Parts: sequence; structure tokens; C-alpha cells
Amino acid sequence: MTTETTGEALTATGYIKHHLTNWTYGQFPDGSLGFANTAAEAKSMGFMAIHVDTMLWSITLGVLFLWLFWLAASKATIEVPGRLQNFVEWIVEFIDSSVRGSFTSKNDLVAPLALTIFIWVFLMNFMDLIPVDWLPELAIWIGSTFFGADPHHIYFRVVPSTDPNATFGMAIAVFFLVLYYSIKIKGIGGFVGELTLQPFSSKNKVLQGVFIPINFILEFVSLIAKPISLALRLFGNMYAGEMIFILIAIMFSTGWVFGIFGGFLQLGWAIFHILIITLQAFIFMTLTIVYLEMAHQKH
Amino acid sequence: MNINLTLIGQSITFFFFVWFCLKFVWPPIMNALVERKKLIADGLAAGEKGKHDLELAEKSAIDKLKVAKNKAAEIINHAEKRAGEIVDEAKDHAKVEAERIVAGAQSDIDQEVNRAREELRKSVADLAIVGASKILEKEVDARAHAKMVDSLVAQL
Repeated sequence: MTTETTGEALTATGYIKHHLTNWTYGQFPDGSLGFANTAAEAKSMGFMAIHVDTMLWSITLGVLFLWLFWLAASKATIEVPGRLQNFVEWIVEFIDSSVRGSFTSKNDLVAPLALTIFIWVFLMNFMDLIPVDWLPELAIWIGSTFFGADPHHIYFRVVPSTDPNATFGMAIAVFFLVLYYSIKIKGIGGFVGELTLQPFSSKNKVLQGVFIPINFILEFVSLIAKPISLALRLFGNMYAGEMIFILIAIMFSTGWVFGIFGGFLQLGWAIFHILIITLQAFIFMTLTIVYLEMAHQKH
Repeated sequence: MNINLTLIGQSITFFFFVWFCLKFVWPPIMNALVERKKLIADGLAAGEKGKHDLELAEKSAIDKLKVAKNKAAEIINHAEKRAGEIVDEAKDHAKVEAERIVAGAQSDIDQEVNRAREELRKSVADLAIVGASKILEKEVDARAHAKMVDSLVAQL
């Protein structure tokens, strides 16, 4: 544990808070641009700020994934495949069969989209398995040694999927695709009709008029629930997982006995977490496929 | 946990990654998979065909072998028959030859016998004359009695 380098205080609370604060760059209330020194400053920036650590890691991991897969794809041979190609093909076939299993329409975007979601989310989640202090401590060391920054004010969250911006960003992107394909396949009229003319309908014009707002409320909620549930499910799972890792890490500063016990706990939780990170990536992918399938279905 | 521009940044990043994946990653890999599937299917079909061909070849080989065996048996039969014929012919020939030799020998023998008989006759005639002269104790005119001796010899 590294209480001596945490920002707010040399306490467990301070440690946790430090771990949950993003490295933020943005516009201060007075209009100047810069990095936020404290969580309060980051909050004061409002919407006009960007989480540098989230962007850095998500882009790094995304580029890593695409580079690796692109490498395999560019050398893809129909003869006996090499190790990398074998591995990539294994994943691609898995994704392809998942998409074929739940997506019945014809759309070439869905499978690459599913692949990107699965691997990217998995890699972002995977950052959770790296011991919670390693990369932040490295960032603090680099920041304070080479850039002369105050080590107390260097924040570095390495798990992008514990940042709701990342999960909502992806969920909103998926939601836009759902809206786009809903309108493209069914037309504006078909899409609006889907939102207003079901589940209740009547031949009686007056009654139908009454049903329309009710239907709209029901359908709109279920429509909006898609991206929100998608984002919150991933965020909640990863945030909770990270929080447990942080709490376990606190045990390391409370003496030998708890430290060793904490070590076992961390190992156990990390092993269990392997399941969670994969499962969450898979769920995000599968639900995306299902939502897009629903967007392609005409009633 | 502030919601800020990161949200939009992440969405843009996500779209970019999906676009890249759609453009450069998915198609070549999928293509390789589909092509390989085809390659393997073709290979299996070729293998199946080869197996079938082999079966046909084996069957035809067996047929050919059977024909060859029959032919060989026929040839052997024919040869045996011919050999028998040759042996018979040789036997006949030998018999004829033997008969011929025997006949030759017989005629030789007959000649020899005749000759011996002639000689004997002559000897007997001489002997008879010598004996007669001895008996008569007097010279006999051999020329005068030759006719009588000759007829005597002829009787022998």
C-alpha cells in the first residue's frame, strides 16, 4: 500500500479515493486549461474535461488488439496457419458462431462489431487483474521524476471499463447503431409505429389514441433501458471488482498476518475475476448482437 | 466518476476501432477460414475419389488376374495336350524306326544266314567230294562228277 503517495490523506479513505480518481485534463471554471490536481478540481471542470488515463489505456489496448489481429489478418493464409493466426482464427470463429447463433439478418457490420466489443472490453477488463498499485505507482514515479509533478496529485486509473464514460461511450455508440438500423430497416414510420402502436392496440380510434402515449412510455423506457443496462452492467461489475481489489490491497498495510491473508484473497478474487471479465465482455457482445437483431426485425 | 468529454472520445474511438476491424481485420481472416474450409472439403473429396478409384482398380486387377489365370490354365492344358501328342508321335516314330531297324537287322541276318548256308553248302559239297574220293579211293574226275555233286549240294 502506498499511503505516503496518496493525495488526500494517509488513510484508507484517501487511498481508495486516490485510486478512484481519474487523471483529468480539462477546462477549469476560470477558463484555463490544465490537469486537475484533486478530485474536487476534476469535478469542477464539469463536462469540458477528458480522462487521460481512460483514453490512454482504452486506445492503447484497442490498438494492441487491432494490431495483433491485423498482423494475423495481413498474413492470413489458407494453408497451415501459424500460432498467431491459429489463435486469431479461434477467436474469430467463436465470434462468428455467436453472431450466427443470434443474428439472423444479413449485415456485415455485426460480426466485426461483436469481435471489437468482445476483445476490447475483455482487454479493458483485463487491466483489473494487474495489481492495483503497479501502474499507478509507475505513473507516479514517472510523473514526479521526469515531469516534476507533485506525486500526491498524480492520478492514474488503469481499468477503462471502471470509468462510466468508457462503458456509456460504447453503449451509446451501440445505441446509435440500433437506432440507425431500426430506421434503415423499418423506415421512420415503422420505427415510430413500433414505439407507439404496441403492445396495446385497438380498432377503436379513440381507444387507440389513448393507447399511443401509454405504448410510447413503455416502449421508450425499454428502448432507453438497452444502452443504460448495457453500460451500467459492465461498469458496475468492473467497478465492484476493482473496489474489492483496492480493499484487499489495504490489508497489505495492516501487518504480516492480514497481509498474507490478503495475498490469498487477492489471488482468489483474481482467479474468480478472470471469469467475470470474460463473462462481462461476452455479455456486452451478445446483448449488442441481440439488440441489433431486434433492430433488424420487422413486426 | 464524472461524465465528461471522455464519453464522446470513447464513442469515437469505438467507432474507429469497429471501422478498422470491419475493413482490415475481419474480411481477410474470414476469407482465409472460408477458403481453407473449401480446400479441406476439396481435399477430402479428392481423397474419397482416390479411395474409390483404388477400389475400382483393385476390382479390375482381380478380374484381370482371374482372366490371366484362366488363360494360363488354358495354355497349360494346351501345352500338356500338345506334349502328350508329341510324346505319342515320338513313340510312334520310335516304333516305326525300331521296326525299320529290326527289319533291317532281320534282312541282314537273313542275308548272313543265306551266306553262311551257301558257304556251308559249298563246304559240304567239298567235304562230300573229299569224302567220296576217299571212299572210292581213286581219283575221280571232279569235272565229270561236278554236275552230280552240285545237284547233291542243292539238296542240302
